Amino acid sequence: MKKSVFLGTIAVAGLTAGLASASTLEEVQERGSLNCGVTTGLTGFAAPDANGEWQGFDVSVCRAVAAAVLGDPMAVEFVPTTGQTRFTALASGEIDMLARNTTWTFSRDVDLSFEFTGVNYYDGQGFMVPRDLGVSSAMELDGATVCIQTGTTTELNLADFFASNNMSYEPVPIETNAEAQQQYLAGACDVYTTDASGLAATRATFEDPAAHVVLPEIVSKEPLGPLVRHGDNEWGDIVRWTLNGLISAEELGITSANVMELAAGTENPEINRMLGTEGELGAMLGLESDWLVNVISSVGNYGEIFEGNIGENTPIGLARGLNAQWTDGGLLYSPPFR
Amino acid sequence: MATISDPPSDSFRLSQLIYDTRYRSMTIQVVAFILIMSGLVWLANNTVQNLSALGKDFDFGFLFNRAGYDINQRLIEYSNDSTHGRAAIVGILNTLLVAFLGCIMATILGVFAGVLRLSKNWIVARLMSVYVEGFRNIPLLLWIIVIFAVMTESTPQPRDFRGPDAEASMILFDSVAVTNRGIFIPAPVWGPNSGILIAVFLLSLVAIWAFRRYARKRQEATGDILPVFWVSMALFFVPAVLFYFILGRPVSLNYPELGGFNFTGGIQLRNSLIALWFALSLYTGAFIAEIVRAGILSVSRGQTEASYALGLRPNRTMNLVILPQALRVIIPPLISQYLNLTKNSSLAIAVGYMDVRSTLGGITINQTGRELEGMLLLGLFYLATSLIISGLMNIYNNSVKLKER
Repeated sequence: MKKSVFLGTIAVAGLTAGLASASTLEEVQERGSLNCGVTTGLTGFAAPDANGEWQGFDVSVCRAVAAAVLGDPMAVEFVPTTGQTRFTALASGEIDMLARNTTWTFSRDVDLSFEFTGVNYYDGQGFMVPRDLGVSSAMELDGATVCIQTGTTTELNLADFFASNNMSYEPVPIETNAEAQQQYLAGACDVYTTDASGLAATRATFEDPAAHVVLPEIVSKEPLGPLVRHGDNEWGDIVRWTLNGLISAEELGITSANVMELAAGTENPEINRMLGTEGELGAMLGLESDWLVNVISSVGNYGEIFEGNIGENTPIGLARGLNAQWTDGGLLYSPPFR
Repeated sequence: MATISDPPSDSFRLSQLIYDTRYRSMTIQVVAFILIMSGLVWLANNTVQNLSALGKDFDFGFLFNRAGYDINQRLIEYSNDSTHGRAAIVGILNTLLVAFLGCIMATILGVFAGVLRLSKNWIVARLMSVYVEGFRNIPLLLWIIVIFAVMTESTPQPRDFRGPDAEASMILFDSVAVTNRGIFIPAPVWGPNSGILIAVFLLSLVAIWAFRRYARKRQEATGDILPVFWVSMALFFVPAVLFYFILGRPVSLNYPELGGFNFTGGIQLRNSLIALWFALSLYTGAFIAEIVRAGILSVSRGQTEASYALGLRPNRTMNLVILPQALRVIIPPLISQYLNLTKNSSLAIAVGYMDVRSTLGGITINQTGRELEGMLLLGLFYLATSLIISGLMNIYNNSVKLKER
């Protein structure tokens, strides 16, 4: 009797102790690795390569944060999430951050209580059809069967687009990009719709990419960016400024090749502040002073990441477009490191 | 031997709660109750705290907001302007539909396979063994995906039906189209007077029931056996067909036709529904087959021999002697299988069938971020459905179980 009361008390006490949680930064540093949520596989953005190592544009953001926090870009546990599981995984603490083609929307930011730390890709929703279907515009899609990933903003945009143009469609709900690809290629749906970048990435893996066209209409704004849980602002700052660091580095001409050289000290005070030779920016984040040196030397700047994973010289072949620096007529604009 | 003496007259002491057997069981129960309750309170408190730490509240208001997404299979009116609550109901109906179809087909399959596995014909018995063992020992999810993949990959696309030299053609007098998006069958169009036709059909169903009752009574009273099956078939078809022509063909068929990207008209049985339905039925059918086999084997061999000795044919022996006795062994585990099938229908997500798990438990939760509320509702729905199925089946069980008089 006494024993069971005793055990019960211990159990309750133990469970209550688990409640008090440390900050995400401390947790990550103690664990020695970053848990980063990515897609289940979208070539160019996040997909394991032949050696089982995750590669891609979104993966690089994870690696950059790991390099900033732990000094090691490889100290990342990648957690594949689907459109439906991603937010639960983040909210429940299974992952520390989500770097997955996730659109920054009002309700996700405010109602779902997440914190978007910036935009790493400005995108919009497009449609892909087989070329021999003879469709040249999304306005001709009345009555089409459309493959759509469930639980995404594209699902809602799709309904809005067809309703506002007085057209009907038949949705085929699917869970992952790989499943969509299989259904689309088997002809179970006429159209595949998702973010235009995702369409390009998917098409690049087809046997005959030229047999498929991405229709010219872009029906929505999809600013994609990494996000963290609401409420741990220090952690949010780290992810935000790591992303800003990648963007600023490209603007200021810091590359993975010259970062070590520049870290010795330059004439430009902003570069000096970023690379830790001047000021205390790293310490303000609770990181080492050379945190951005680690980041850029391991993954490169934004431009290098873009060109290496999804740029025009890769099979995916995306132009910089909106994702060029503001100095080149694009939307990329990092607040100053000051 | 304990002799019962008068209780000691001295006053109650606190230690008696532990050392006195009269009070100890009460003490233990009270303490256990307090522990369980405090555990629950802790859980609820923890949930509230964690939710507030995440900046979330607990609110079912989202059910009345606009859903904004579309559902391809809907048994009731639904558009993306409908509410999340209505989307949940659409999902619930889809779940119930596939569960209902699945239970019927699984029962038929299971009874046949179970009986045939005991057949003296070596090939038939082995074939059934292969079926039962194959489906019982491979996860259901794989079967769902396999059937879906086969249907998607091996059937023609709608556009293959197009043009003068089409690669594919419709079957059954150009009325049914088998495509990789589903099977399109003609839909009935109810013209004037079709109400009378339906009434006639319902009357003939009542007549069948009455006739079977009469036949059974008569057999019990006199031993004469009426040709129940043939009379039932005749009652089923003849009046309906006769009135169909008398009333001037009130019901016509709307055939599926190629239009735009896809077939239009008719009824579309989506591949996702068919795959889920078949996989659930085949999988659960294999378990039911084993239950049926166990039930039959539980009936003493002497019963068969006795019935043969009376001159009953094997067929009739099975129907009149073995199965009625086997039923009381079969029904209770059968209830569990129906429950399993219903709950397993939540694997629908694998093939994009829009059941309640996909609408309320999937898209709605994802779009609104109301995981806890959504999952509670989902749990409540499955609990209620299971209890209802179990209750109905138990009523049936009571009607067939051994009655001791």
